[in-house]
Amino acid sequence: MENQTALEVHNLTASYQRKPVLWEIDFKVPSGHLIGILGPNGSGKTTLLRNIMNLMEADSGYVKIFGKDLDVVRSRLSYVPQRESVDWNFPASVREVVEMGRYRPGNLLRRLKSSDKQKVKAALEKVGMLAYADRQISELSGGQQQRVFIARSLAQEADIYLMDEPFVGVDAATEEAILSLLSELRDQGKTVLIVHHDLQSAYQYFDWMILLNTRLIAAGPKEEVFNSTYLREAYGGKLNLLSKLGEIIAREQFPLREPDFKEKEGSGDE
Amino acid sequence: MNDVWAFFSFSDPTVRIVSLGTVFLAMSASVVGTFAFLRKRALVGDAIAHAILPGIAIAFMLSGTKNPIVLMMGALISGWLATWAMEYITEKTKLSNDTAVALVLSVFFGIGIMLLTHIQHSGSGNQSGLDQYLFGKAAGMTEQDLWTYSVVALLLLIVVISLYKELKVYSFNPDFAAVSGLPVKAIRRILNLVTVLAIAIGIQSVGVVLMAALLITPAAAARAWTSSLKIMLFLAALIGGISGLSGSLISYLSPAMPTGPWIVMTLSIITLLSLFFAPQRGALSRLLKQRRHSQKILNENLLKVFYKLSVERKLEEAGLNVGELQAERAINKSDFAAAIKRLKRKNWLLAEGEKLKLSSIGLVEAKRVVRLHRLWEMYLSQRLNLKEDHIHPNAESMEHIISPELEALLLKELDFPTQDPHNSPIPYSN
Repeated sequence: MENQTALEVHNLTASYQRKPVLWEIDFKVPSGHLIGILGPNGSGKTTLLRNIMNLMEADSGYVKIFGKDLDVVRSRLSYVPQRESVDWNFPASVREVVEMGRYRPGNLLRRLKSSDKQKVKAALEKVGMLAYADRQISELSGGQQQRVFIARSLAQEADIYLMDEPFVGVDAATEEAILSLLSELRDQGKTVLIVHHDLQSAYQYFDWMILLNTRLIAAGPKEEVFNSTYLREAYGGKLNLLSKLGEIIAREQFPLREPDFKEKEGSGDE
Repeated sequence: MNDVWAFFSFSDPTVRIVSLGTVFLAMSASVVGTFAFLRKRALVGDAIAHAILPGIAIAFMLSGTKNPIVLMMGALISGWLATWAMEYITEKTKLSNDTAVALVLSVFFGIGIMLLTHIQHSGSGNQSGLDQYLFGKAAGMTEQDLWTYSVVALLLLIVVISLYKELKVYSFNPDFAAVSGLPVKAIRRILNLVTVLAIAIGIQSVGVVLMAALLITPAAAARAWTSSLKIMLFLAALIGGISGLSGSLISYLSPAMPTGPWIVMTLSIITLLSLFFAPQRGALSRLLKQRRHSQKILNENLLKVFYKLSVERKLEEAGLNVGELQAERAINKSDFAAAIKRLKRKNWLLAEGEKLKLSSIGLVEAKRVVRLHRLWEMYLSQRLNLKEDHIHPNAESMEHIISPELEALLLKELDFPTQDPHNSPIPYSN
């Protein structure tokens, strides 16, 4: 398990509103690690995450999960979006939101089974929110909202977890609870990728790091990545020439690749 | 009154058709509209309603009939085209979503009006009544219309009920639904389709101009009463149905009254009442809450004055008169009198002739308020490093807000201090 490649990103170039924000990103992630995706604001962290999940169309390159296309192994992947990305005034209870983690293509149009409901309860218990199961989500604090999102993700019983800034705006108790859950997941051999912007806590939280600033600065065990050379390169500002080029591409609506060029297929890394 | 009975006996077939028809239309629009409301697509519904007009006009021009199925096909096509156009413009151009909605609404509606005017001046014998799609004319519903619309309404309900789970997650968090492998594209198309269908049949009763009201207001009213999506859908359908029924009743009782606008009027009244009177989310309950809070603040401030005068300045024996209290704190006369009355009713103050005294339970309460004030001052000066002359105003408001749980935390964190930063003693209850 340890040496298996959980995720491979191959020569990925991606744009946000036509402006390239990721250039030729290429790395592999072994399974069983807590991985921080780090970089300054606008460095393409969220774009990378969205590309891994196929929520965006890449300009070129491909992503493989356990050596396969996402659609084949979708059920092994779980996503925790940013807390602010949804309307917490939505009429739903905590339980209903966590139940969404059990909605699958396999149970379309059907009601959840009792085994699903058990898993939902177990997930709620894990994040310490079982007592709040019938609470309206509009009444939750920021930390509780994040716990609900994590419980929903746990209910999916995936092998790779992708989390977008789960530590933003949560209380100290929630932060600790999330961290201990994450290490538990890692110890079970799961892979957790977390978009994170706070360098201070990063070294303590993660054991693997992906350092981004529109291009890949470094990816590897934290001892190899977290050093002043790489950090200065990531946080020392954008590459002037590259960002100027990106602006021209966005303004003049140039295609990033010739129409026939699509490096979207690949054998991957079995 | 007899007329009302005549209406509700439903013995007149026209009454039966019209009222049943409007109830079905309103109910299906309300249910489908709930999802538009939750996805914050209220204006999209309005745009689709307006965009349906040219489809109806073209369907009539091509077929020459007013067959509801033919006209609905036209409505469907142009409604679908409008939905697609809005999505395309938002995605592929730099225009914002509201611009795309406004653009589609006005362009399609403009074409619709143009075609309608053309039809009306063309002089074919069958053209009368097409303009009813502008403001609706439920009274003109035929039995064939009723059947068509009922089947469609039923179909929409079946779709929403069987896709309930998927529509819920799609409305709440579409990205998550997509990553979970749910067919979000299909869900979106189905939702678009049922919305267009609900609008296409709904305009029969209220017309394109008022359609957005039928789509969105039942959901808005229902949301005020509940935080459960299931109950909200049910309530929205109920509110829509009641409005449809009362609209047809009013136009039956007084034939000069148009059905559609009265449906919308009833809806608006129900919605206004809901937004005002609903528990928790209603404006009234918020007002009452604010009033309770300001009364509590006044009560507690008065107790504090009592405490200072009677315990700390030892004026206790004789009791205090109202003048002495008022001199201590600027509160307007009527509020002051009301607060004294409330404190007496709670038995926190006892009257002795003209004078007032703190009771034993009043003293406990007064100590609590003074304690919270001084504890908070302590906290501000220790934890926020504020100077002594800056802490009083903040403590003056926090003392009314700090709950027993927070007080316990505060006491623990400050380790039960005996004096506040101004060296006044902190009173504990025993």
